[in-house]
Amino acid sequence: MTKQVLVIEDEPNIAEAISFILSRDGWSVSTHASGTTAVQAVRDAKPDVLILDVMLPGKSGYDILQDLRSADDTRALPVLMLTARGQKTDRDLAERLGVNRFMTKPFSNSEMLTNLRELVGG
Amino acid sequence: MPHSRLTGSRIRERRLVLGLKQAALAKDVGISAAYLNLIEHNRRRVGDSLLEALAKALKTDPAVLAEGAEAALLGALSEADKRLPQAQAELDRSEDFAGRFPGWASLVMAQNQRIQELEQMVEALSDRLTHDPELAASLHEVISAVTAIRSTAAILSGGGEVDQEWQDRFLRNMRDEGMRLSSAAQGLVEFLDAGSSEEVVPIGPSEELATFLGANEHFFPDLEAPSAWKAGARDQAIAAVIADSSALTSREAQDMARQFLLQYVRDAEAMPMQAFQTARTAHRWDPAALAREFRQSLPSVMRRIAFLPPISDGTVAGLISCDGAGALVVRKAVPGFALPRFGAACPYWPLFQALAQPERPIRAVVRQPGGARRRHVCQAVCVQQDAPSFDRPPVYEAYMLIRELDDALDGDALSHATPIEVGSTCRVCPRTDCAARREATILSAG
Repeated sequence: MTKQVLVIEDEPNIAEAISFILSRDGWSVSTHASGTTAVQAVRDAKPDVLILDVMLPGKSGYDILQDLRSADDTRALPVLMLTARGQKTDRDLAERLGVNRFMTKPFSNSEMLTNLRELVGG
Repeated sequence: MPHSRLTGSRIRERRLVLGLKQAALAKDVGISAAYLNLIEHNRRRVGDSLLEALAKALKTDPAVLAEGAEAALLGALSEADKRLPQAQAELDRSEDFAGRFPGWASLVMAQNQRIQELEQMVEALSDRLTHDPELAASLHEVISAVTAIRSTAAILSGGGEVDQEWQDRFLRNMRDEGMRLSSAAQGLVEFLDAGSSEEVVPIGPSEELATFLGANEHFFPDLEAPSAWKAGARDQAIAAVIADSSALTSREAQDMARQFLLQYVRDAEAMPMQAFQTARTAHRWDPAALAREFRQSLPSVMRRIAFLPPISDGTVAGLISCDGAGALVVRKAVPGFALPRFGAACPYWPLFQALAQPERPIRAVVRQPGGARRRHVCQAVCVQQDAPSFDRPPVYEAYMLIRELDDALDGDALSHATPIEVGSTCRVCPRTDCAARREATILSAG
């Protein structure tokens, strides 16, 4: 069965590249660019896995992750976080908030695919 | 702050050590000499704000005046102990230590104070790098563009199926991201080079002075006296300029500003603005002719050219000076010619060629990498700073006037000169084939 992934990323060319890579790999991909409405977008899309950027307009990826982890319907959603900041403090913060995977930009396409497959048990 | 009944005596003692007249000190802190006399004889109590002012004028700590050197020392030793408790200093014997070895105790106090200053500086630098919005925005732009390019390039070169429409789209995205990367990298280099962010909090007296001078564009109309100053008026005018500045917060920076402004006033007295600007209109960019006309040194003329507003041609002049070790002292920037924010400059600058050939004026056309690749004319000279002496080696300083080359006005000799390729500083210079490179550039790292 086709797995669904939601990409929350405000950089259109990064979102487009990710969409293409995942679509070609057989995923059903939807994208969302706003931090403010990201949680609602997750509830609407009901994805199997979420790719979440950290620096988003309106609301940071960390805040979004915190919201997702504190709500029953999204608590268990696997989240792969993307960030331009790869410092230990950023990774620690993401882990404390309950992230499943953490990747720093720029990332390798194949590594991202491997992480996503592992997150959905594929 | 508790004041002992001998505070006045300590003020008097300190004043006499510095060789200051009672009237001069009183004037400096804004009280009458008679009132200071009463204070010094312990017949008037000193308020905290006046004590602060007196301590500042007497170049000492208010605690030393209020409590005596020993009490101040004991306080400082206690503070030093709190900073490094693992050293297990014998705090119960600090009074004995300060009494028997006041010099060593003073050294501990001075070092403790220095450590505190350095910690504050490190904190401020760290805060600047972490939270500087301009730096963060530029880095985010760079990383986002690189991420998009890397992912897209991997798609196109990865060997999988990509139909023509997507190929065209990805190539377009890569071109856009490449341009964005170029622009963001340029912004980053300009930030590192020029440090023009007005929000940056100055760190240390040198940066305070640079902020002060930059805010005034190195020009001080209030110090352009129409004729010779009356007694004391010059110092008062300088003090007023310093007092008006919010950038000069530390005593060291204020002292540095005072030195700078004293030299400014001396130049202004020797070359009054109106006469100088009139002569400049005739001699334009010939500092040697101006030096002859006003019987002044080339560095003095260069300072005057750089610090006064541009003449009718509108060309702005920058000025850089360095000491004999090559450390930059004066840094007045000019558009298109990047100066290093920190550390050493490019050894190919004519400033350093002049330093190697004292008393020989040098003129050269230079060009820096990146941006608009503007050409600049540099005029440099190195002079002996102190009077000749048989007892010690000479101290040299070099000055370099910088301005943008104007093909229409500068004539063929300069316009057709092959520019010397120079940089700002190695860290942000992309040239790979440079014999003078000291350290790797961050522009080609990785």
